[in-house]
Amino acid sequence: MSRDWPLWEVFIRAKGGLSHKHVGSVHAPDATLAVRHARDTYTRRMEGVSIWAVRSTDIVASDPAQNGPMFEPAESKVYRHPTFYVVPDNVTHI
Amino acid sequence: MYTTELQKSDPGARAVEPADLVEAFEARVAADEFIEPKDWMPEAYRKTLIRQISQHAHSEIVGMLPEGNWITRAPSLRRKAVLLAKVQDEGGHGLYLYSAAETLGASREEMIDALHSGRAKYSTIFNYPTLTWADIGAIGWLVDGAAIMNQVPLQRTSYGPYARAMVKVCKEESFHQRQGYEIMMVLSAGTAEQKAMAQDALNRWWWPSIMMFGPPDDNSPNSAQSMRWRIKRDSNDDLRQKFIDVTVAQAEAIGLTLPDPDLVWNEARGHYDYGAIDWEEFFAVVRGEGPCAKERITARRKAWDDGAWVREAADAHEAKQRAARRAA
Repeated sequence: MSRDWPLWEVFIRAKGGLSHKHVGSVHAPDATLAVRHARDTYTRRMEGVSIWAVRSTDIVASDPAQNGPMFEPAESKVYRHPTFYVVPDNVTHI
Repeated sequence: MYTTELQKSDPGARAVEPADLVEAFEARVAADEFIEPKDWMPEAYRKTLIRQISQHAHSEIVGMLPEGNWITRAPSLRRKAVLLAKVQDEGGHGLYLYSAAETLGASREEMIDALHSGRAKYSTIFNYPTLTWADIGAIGWLVDGAAIMNQVPLQRTSYGPYARAMVKVCKEESFHQRQGYEIMMVLSAGTAEQKAMAQDALNRWWWPSIMMFGPPDDNSPNSAQSMRWRIKRDSNDDLRQKFIDVTVAQAEAIGLTLPDPDLVWNEARGHYDYGAIDWEEFFAVVRGEGPCAKERITARRKAWDDGAWVREAADAHEAKQRAARRAA
């Protein structure tokens, strides 16, 4: 059993208008210190305006081994893309 | 940096692994796809990466020590602020890399313990002493320069978390090299004594710096496997040559001389030829016989032990907060 502090995944919003993006992880005993460590580790050069820290164990992920069945249903549905449809050349703004 | 294979042991017994999974993995790597933590991977790939990434992390952490020695003695407030920022970056790089290694199942505690107990290897370069202020210039210019040369191709290494850590590291590293070069440039333009100090630092750091790329290709047993798995992108000798080729003009520009009488432009090859490297020295330093090997690990352990009360206080605070929440 590891005596390491819990692992937190760190997400940073680079600037207003953008979503938070995963940048890495930190170990910390609690949420406050996780955010503090994330600041020192991942924003030494103004990389962000907002930090999220989430306990790694709280993240639920899809299983890459199941990528086939998981994502295949979308593969056969090209009609979800606008390029699937033929529009006459003289028709514009559509 | 610091990614040269320093332990030559077999990367683990080859357990029998499902042929279809191995084949699919090899095909993905060959197609330059990235492998992510939860993807299936051969055990030897995992082990090789854990070793390489953790050695890389240890090197960043130990790398703080020779430079940290000079923070209080930096010649001006500007130099002190710059050096502090650089050393803090190295700590950050170590953390990015430990995190990347942890995605492969290594624990932080095990890795730190391996470093502190002397089991883990780190870059040989940090077992040389920093005798004068000019050494800080030489380290930034040459050691970080060599590190950049080595790390740039690793931004495309096949393991996703390692590649992403390298992107961040490379972005930060070029300031390190420039501040070092600037120190050397200013010293070289100074008094005769200052210039001699810069030349002396260059004389001592040049050979260890070009040894950082690791043993020559014909004596680098794990290289072929690492190249096939796209963990490693360029050979040790290719990167070393590239580094030498770009550094010659940088030294000339500030009136310093690289301490290698055999260094000469080879028109036919389109590269500089260089003198024989003393690999005996390299392997002696790998074996822990570098001038500062003991001192470095002692300093790491002391920092860890002296900081224990901070970790304990943070734990105690967390426990208290948790108890208060339960009571509420």
